[in-house]
Amino acid sequence: MHIVVCLKQVPMVSELPWDPRTGRLMRGQAEGMMNPACKHALEAALRLKEEHGGSLTALCMGPPEAEEVLREALALGADEAVLLCDPRLAGADTLATSHTLARAIQAVAPDFDLALLGCTTTDSETGQVGPQLAEELDLPAAFNVEHLELTGRALTVRRVYDGFLETLEMDLPALLTITTQEFAPRETPLGGLERAFAQASVRVMDAEAIGASLDRVGDKGSAGRMLRVYSPTAQKKCVLLTGAVKKSVQELFERYGDRLGGLIGQDLASEEEGHDQ
Amino acid sequence: MTNSRDVWVFGDYRNYFQNRVTLQLLARGRELAQAQEGELCAVVIGHDLQQWVDEYVAHGADRVLALDHPSLTAYQGETYTSLLVDLARERKPAVILVGATSFGRELAARAAKRLGTGLTADCVDLRLDDQGRLVQTAPGFGGNLLAEIVIPRHWPQMATVRPGTFQELPHDYERQAPVEWLPLPAGLKPERVRLVKSERLAPREQALETAGVVVCGGRGMGSKKKFRNLVELARLLGGQVAATRPVVYARWCEEGALVGQAGRQIKPQVLFSFGVSGAIQHTAGIGGAPFIVAVNKNPGAVMMQMADVGLVADANQACLALIRELKKRLRS
Ligand SMILES: Cc1cc2nc3c(=O)[nH]c(=O)nc-3n(C[C@H](O)[C@H](O)[C@H](O)COP(=O)(O)OP(=O)(O)OC[C@H]3O[C@@H](n4cnc5c(N)ncnc54)[C@H](O)[C@@H]3O)c2cc1C
Repeated sequence: MHIVVCLKQVPMVSELPWDPRTGRLMRGQAEGMMNPACKHALEAALRLKEEHGGSLTALCMGPPEAEEVLREALALGADEAVLLCDPRLAGADTLATSHTLARAIQAVAPDFDLALLGCTTTDSETGQVGPQLAEELDLPAAFNVEHLELTGRALTVRRVYDGFLETLEMDLPALLTITTQEFAPRETPLGGLERAFAQASVRVMDAEAIGASLDRVGDKGSAGRMLRVYSPTAQKKCVLLTGAVKKSVQELFERYGDRLGGLIGQDLASEEEGHDQ
Repeated sequence: MTNSRDVWVFGDYRNYFQNRVTLQLLARGRELAQAQEGELCAVVIGHDLQQWVDEYVAHGADRVLALDHPSLTAYQGETYTSLLVDLARERKPAVILVGATSFGRELAARAAKRLGTGLTADCVDLRLDDQGRLVQTAPGFGGNLLAEIVIPRHWPQMATVRPGTFQELPHDYERQAPVEWLPLPAGLKPERVRLVKSERLAPREQALETAGVVVCGGRGMGSKKKFRNLVELARLLGGQVAATRPVVYARWCEEGALVGQAGRQIKPQVLFSFGVSGAIQHTAGIGGAPFIVAVNKNPGAVMMQMADVGLVADANQACLALIRELKKRLRS
């Protein structure tokens, strides 16, 4: 059995500086980590490999630094790691990303049986790449999977979808996206990480190497265009209370006690002196 | 055939009572369709659809396309995508809007891929610009920013919208509109994914969604121990405790308290917000509370600007002072 798992590196913090001209995240300024749902997908892949044997290919599209998440995957037990790294792949929306990943999977693992992805990423959370990749690879697929079992070539999965607990079946080859509900990721073995960093075993590929058409990848292959990026402007006129906390809180009740009390159904306006002592 | 000016809304009727997102989309879709003199069309796929068809007409659809067949009783990703995509290719709507339910997200993503077009997730606003393009406003990747996105060279323009983003129109059961009952096309590929079992889960705890008073804590509360003080404050106010994502990640409180894009949508009468910066992914969930009190040591925080009253103070100190003051006042 050959499993491919797609991993994304995301910024460790969610507040990142933006480039106001391009409207892009200045990713260079943040430390990266493996996207949590991707980490769970990797864990699911590792458990399947332990149980059923076979090989595991980890795939990541990103800047050179994204190699880190692939090293982590190698340390955890992936057999092969491929970094899709090419400035022409940058700025991709989900349409272009799914095309790129599909081409890459077909190039590096044409015999794959199962493709696993995280259900969403913490930096954009569209959840669109999984379904779009399933479309492009023309595979049976299930998204937001919490539990899975493989018997021969038959895959049984469980997921929560719009308030329904669903059990689905399909045959391999197939594609699944994994949530962070189950498949708690194992710790990365320290020695393993050192070894993975020492061995130069991450294969770096560009757009040509995976046979992607250049007008379908990156910014060029994306359908959405950013008109502008802005901070939502304040809608209200805020009254600021500064000074000592105790005083501010008293002022809050003096000025707004009526209104607050009315909204919560309590009399807050009056204060009986002396009870506090 | 050139593209029409029509706006389509996918009729997602499963869980109708929990989420009225289709009706909310019809309301906004109607404005968009009228602005460009197109039709607002609800497309509904499934079985036993009459009641939903009536509902969509009553809520503003100018036309309903209904594909009703016993084999479509359960939602199926591949089949529904094929049906929607074939209809879209035939009739060429300008815009397709889909509610961001689990199934809606899957369907919209698949359909956009097959149609080779763009799809903007979780739009918080939709309007038309002077060139008739759909301007989709969606939270930017991380940070307090909104991005306006257009899909200029691809067709149709597609967007998903979370439940609770727009307001439905009052229903009008006198309203009439043409309904087309379409036959199931021949040669539909069988679904490769078999639904073996489907159980409705008990509706999740709604306390936060319906609470009149919500006390929300952010990273600025400082620690798990201090965060607990908010529970006492909420108790005194007869409210519920909510949190931002860093708080949930740090496990200062349970995950169900998360408010915002990735969590719950609340609509309190009064919101107390402690040590919250006001990132759009969070404020997207607080639905224009009529009265907001924010506490932040930074008077410039977005959450402070959104508030009616802002206390420039340490979040935990302010919480403790409020508890003390409330105890005094509630006793009297
Ligand atoms: C795709 C995506 C989805 C997201 N979904 C959600 C979501 O659903 N809900 C959500 O909440 N977030 C969500 N986020 C995260 C969001 O962008 C913000 O990171 C988060 O809301 C910030 O939380 P915060 O305000 O508690 O923390 P911070 O942004 O760190 O703000 C802390 C605030 O506390 C103030 N402060 C610090 N110390 C004190 C003190 N001692 N006293 C008083 N004030 C103090 C600071 O001035 C600051 O304003 C999402 C992000 C992404 C990328």
